[in-house]
Amino acid sequence: MWDPVTVADLALSVDHLTKRFGSRVAFDDVSFEVGRGEVFGFLGPNGAGKTTTVRTLGTLISPSSGSATVAGVALKPENGVEIRRRIAIMPEAPGLYSRLSVAENLSCFAELYEVAEPKQRIATALRSVKLEDRAGDPCGSLSKGLRQRVALARALLSDPQVLFLDEPTSGLDPAAARDVHVLIEDLRDRGVTIFLTTHRLEEAERLCDRVAILNTTLQTIGRPADLRDRLFSKTLTVRLVAQLADPGGVFTGLPGVEGWRSDGPCTYVLNVADPVKAAPAVTRALVSHDADVLSLSESRHSLEDVYMQLLDEREDGRGS
Amino acid sequence: MNTGRRRVAAVFHKELREYRHNGNIIVAMTIFPLVFIIQPLVQVFTLSSKAAIPLRHEHSLLYMLAVPVLVPATLASYAVVGERLQGTLEPLLSTPLRSRELLLGKALAAFVPSVILSYVIFGVFIAVVELFAAHPVASAMVRGPDLLAQLVFTPLLSVWSIWVGIAISSRCSDPRTSGQLAMLASLPVVAVTTLIALNVIPPELKVALGFGAGLLVLIRLGGRFAASLFDRERLITNTK
Repeated sequence: MWDPVTVADLALSVDHLTKRFGSRVAFDDVSFEVGRGEVFGFLGPNGAGKTTTVRTLGTLISPSSGSATVAGVALKPENGVEIRRRIAIMPEAPGLYSRLSVAENLSCFAELYEVAEPKQRIATALRSVKLEDRAGDPCGSLSKGLRQRVALARALLSDPQVLFLDEPTSGLDPAAARDVHVLIEDLRDRGVTIFLTTHRLEEAERLCDRVAILNTTLQTIGRPADLRDRLFSKTLTVRLVAQLADPGGVFTGLPGVEGWRSDGPCTYVLNVADPVKAAPAVTRALVSHDADVLSLSESRHSLEDVYMQLLDEREDGRGS
Repeated sequence: MNTGRRRVAAVFHKELREYRHNGNIIVAMTIFPLVFIIQPLVQVFTLSSKAAIPLRHEHSLLYMLAVPVLVPATLASYAVVGERLQGTLEPLLSTPLRSRELLLGKALAAFVPSVILSYVIFGVFIAVVELFAAHPVASAMVRGPDLLAQLVFTPLLSVWSIWVGIAISSRCSDPRTSGQLAMLASLPVVAVTTLIALNVIPPELKVALGFGAGLLVLIRLGGRFAASLFDRERLITNTK
């Protein structure tokens, strides 16, 4: 797990980066850092600028302003080749030569990266995506999930310091998406820095050490749990068999309980500073008032809640 | 700046593999040479010995110079637009490959088969004429200077045609349009060789040297022009 305090060297450092296409702003004033070995999620709605950010950091397009360091190399036109030697990008569409076999596709890219012992490297890459037995198949004959795995094998050929995965599970069925998740987890375990753009919030929550939410500008950045804590107050949800006669009398003044509201006839939501400390006091209070308790649970907000909240706030900001 | 030979070779070999698997390219590469060999051969076989006299004033072999113009134009016109169409341009440009290495690899992959094919077609034509045409007709058609012109101008015309094809391919988003425009752009050069073949432009040493020098200049400018049109950002984002 990445620790921002102890990581001295950074895989990516982005400082006030902006990209404009004429009058259209793709992303604006984006700054963040990604540590070596971190899995960094980059979330945002369609058109938020995620892919353009990846392309900019991958030296495919040049920024309009700002600066960045990618795999230890300053993002400048003259450093394009050196940066591309150290990174790999897996675009949303696999982009394989459909008439060529899996092995022929990988062989071409192994040569382009000038890898030593290309045959061995291709075999290793195919093994890591479990496609050793499909090496001779034309890529055009593979399913979308398998093509995505070939694209991932291609991205692994050069043993990149930073791997950019742009919507790697887009359009895949759940089983194929799970296979890709397992591969990403395996890469994380091997210490590869991964920059993952995705629409799938459960994917980001499962795989990423930290996430950033982009909507042309950077909305927020942090660990998923920290973002939840930052945006939502912690709550306990109490479900009873029967309605309390005087809920205010039960909940008001309990240690750790900052407020309460009714959420249906027999359900109460309590705002608490620390659910672990507040729950025993709440239980005791309910029992002392002869309440029949069905459940007492901490309410969990998902990354999706965080995402929707941030986007709603932005929409509200635009409207007002 | 260095040019990565291994990367150029990678593009070259990849292109050749794609040609081999792509029936459309093989058909396109076959049609033009067939058109340019069948019609003259039919004509040669129907000529009597008397026809040798007017033939001495023509340079029929130079018609064949259209092959090294049209075949590489077909291949090169698919070079960049084909990658965009397949969605392979972005992965390709994400590697350490420089733009000029990509273009060089593509150009070589169009050049080598085109020149080999042109020489083979030319050789077949000469062999058939020498073996089966009436002797006076054969000796009127197959002349040393024309052979030399064919050998020298075939690679020069191919390179020029390739740069034109790649330049057009870099600006087009549709392969059919790209192919048609490349053909159209090749026609002026074919017209010049045809005028020489018909003796309208006298095939003298001065003309050959001038034509050769002009082609060398055009090749130099064409290469730069093609490279300048290959704009990574525009090709990736479809902007500008």
